[in-house]
Amino acid sequence: MTTPRFQISEDKNQTAIQLSGSWITQELNTLLPLIETLPIKQGTSVVLNLQHVEIMDSAGALLLQKLRNRLEESGKDTVLENIPDPVKRIISAIEEHHSKTIPAAQERQGIAVFFAETGRHFLELCNKAGELIAFLGLVISASLRQIRHPGRIRFTSLIAQMEQAGLHALPIVGLISFLIGVVLAFQGSDQLERFGAQIFTINLVAVGVLREMGILLTAIIVAGRSGSAFTAQIGTMKVNEEIDAMRTIGLDPIETLVLPRIFGLVLVLPLLTFYADIMGLIGGAAMTMVTLDLSLFQYLRHLQDAAKLGDFLVGMIKAPIFAFIIALIGCHEGLQVSRSAESVGRQTTRSVVEASFLIIVLDAMLSILFSILGV
Amino acid sequence: MPAATSQEDIIISLTDIRNQFGSHVLHEALTLDIRKGEVLGIVGGSGTGKSVLLRTIVGLNQKTAGTISILGQDVDRLRLDELNRLRQRMGVLFQDGALFSSLTVSQNIEAVLKEHTRLPISFLKEIAALKISLAGLPADAGGKYPSELSGGMRKRAGLARALALDPDIVFLDEPTAGLDPIGAAQFDQLISDLQTALGLTVVMITHDLDSLHAICNRIGVLLNKRIKVGTIAELTKEPDPWIKEYFDGPRGRAATRSHASQSQKATSSQS
Repeated sequence: MTTPRFQISEDKNQTAIQLSGSWITQELNTLLPLIETLPIKQGTSVVLNLQHVEIMDSAGALLLQKLRNRLEESGKDTVLENIPDPVKRIISAIEEHHSKTIPAAQERQGIAVFFAETGRHFLELCNKAGELIAFLGLVISASLRQIRHPGRIRFTSLIAQMEQAGLHALPIVGLISFLIGVVLAFQGSDQLERFGAQIFTINLVAVGVLREMGILLTAIIVAGRSGSAFTAQIGTMKVNEEIDAMRTIGLDPIETLVLPRIFGLVLVLPLLTFYADIMGLIGGAAMTMVTLDLSLFQYLRHLQDAAKLGDFLVGMIKAPIFAFIIALIGCHEGLQVSRSAESVGRQTTRSVVEASFLIIVLDAMLSILFSILGV
Repeated sequence: MPAATSQEDIIISLTDIRNQFGSHVLHEALTLDIRKGEVLGIVGGSGTGKSVLLRTIVGLNQKTAGTISILGQDVDRLRLDELNRLRQRMGVLFQDGALFSSLTVSQNIEAVLKEHTRLPISFLKEIAALKISLAGLPADAGGKYPSELSGGMRKRAGLARALALDPDIVFLDEPTAGLDPIGAAQFDQLISDLQTALGLTVVMITHDLDSLHAICNRIGVLLNKRIKVGTIAELTKEPDPWIKEYFDGPRGRAATRSHASQSQKATSSQS
């Protein structure tokens, strides 16, 4: 490969340009700025001699076309001379296509982009909220249908979902809850020691785990584990046109895919939460027995005084609500997947982020509500 | 078309290729020469390893044994950078285009150019627009994402990307599968036009008997772990029952008839 070049020689009223070398895509980078800044002198016609061009590909031919266009715009006639045969073929192939290509539309710049983007995002958000509410309606009407015809409930699928989302989540949920109990007990006893109120560590652990931490952490873990799985499963089916196939066979995707997932999670998340509560209290017990030097029996006695049934119920009542939100968003985002692999990933991320966000906002609102009600 | 088979005309040469997956031998002592400037069609029954053969040539599948030499270079002896340079001289059109779904059609082409050249983005956009036009797509297709295109347009866009660096050799995996007869005929015409305009060598897997008749100079039939190459006229004389069935079956005969009448019409209108 030799570098592509051109050389200009001038007569009285005729300019000749000698082209040489390999005019191929990979080599054009040195040539392009030269052609764009080519000084155009007086004169009427320009002869382009291509005799020494070794090889030319379509990008090279495009560049030659650019050169001719520049010359012709300044009122010169251009003539190609001594074109080798393979080069002639490529030039004629490019000529008819180059005229067809149109320049790209002008892009917006500066502050306008900021406002346009903000507006677009806001409208998208409104759209999304509307879609989610519409989907909620679909799910409710499908559930009512199933309640009227219990024979259509898909128990196999329901149990499979419960196993996936519940049973298989036990190790991770247990471990994290146990550790949270340990951390609460340790930090609590450390701080309360200053007031000589170390024994209230048990109250802290009991109320903290039962009311907030147990359910909140379980819900976030499940959103990450199962909510994302729902989106990915349904989304992949969407990419594969399986959802469309189901519709044509007369299977309602809401009934067959969405409802088992939603009800499976609604049934299983309270159980997981109960398990998380117990594991959190065991973690608290392990730590308080070390720092407060209590026996297990003493811990349990204090726990009985510290925790009221109300604390436990406040935590448990949130479980089905959060489960419903996680599953609803997971399935909805799955059905929003368009026909590309990339959108499966995007919707999955969205599903986890939205579910976690809504859970925490709702948890904060419920905390305020319960404290006003004095539960 | 190059009729002589001197050493210079051979652009790709496979010698004694063996492909084996576990205990299953797919190709054994397979030898194939591809000539410069020809359109070679590859046919064969399901599971005879057409795609595997194509993937072996372009280096996506590691062969078990044998040598491949492309443009006179033995691919096993090349260093990585030499191999990459060689790859730039080959373009592949996958079955459904295999376009990057997160990029627009134009960006798909620019991405290839950006990787291998140091040209400014404005000129890359011009090159991309040219390739889009060469592939027979309307100019506004450049700004669209692959998911917004029809199957036929995705194939054209895939072809535009395969042509991004003006390769010497283009590999096509079932270019006309899934296209309607009119679209398929147009795609055949496109391949044949580009082949003459850009001086390409084309290797295509196809089951489309019309494509075989219309644009292929030679046809390779994968059979009994090897490949048998020849023109349609030569292959129809083969005694092998599969080849006979392929070209002499009802579809094969229909394609032969329609092609014969077409070329007759063409010659009579010329005279």
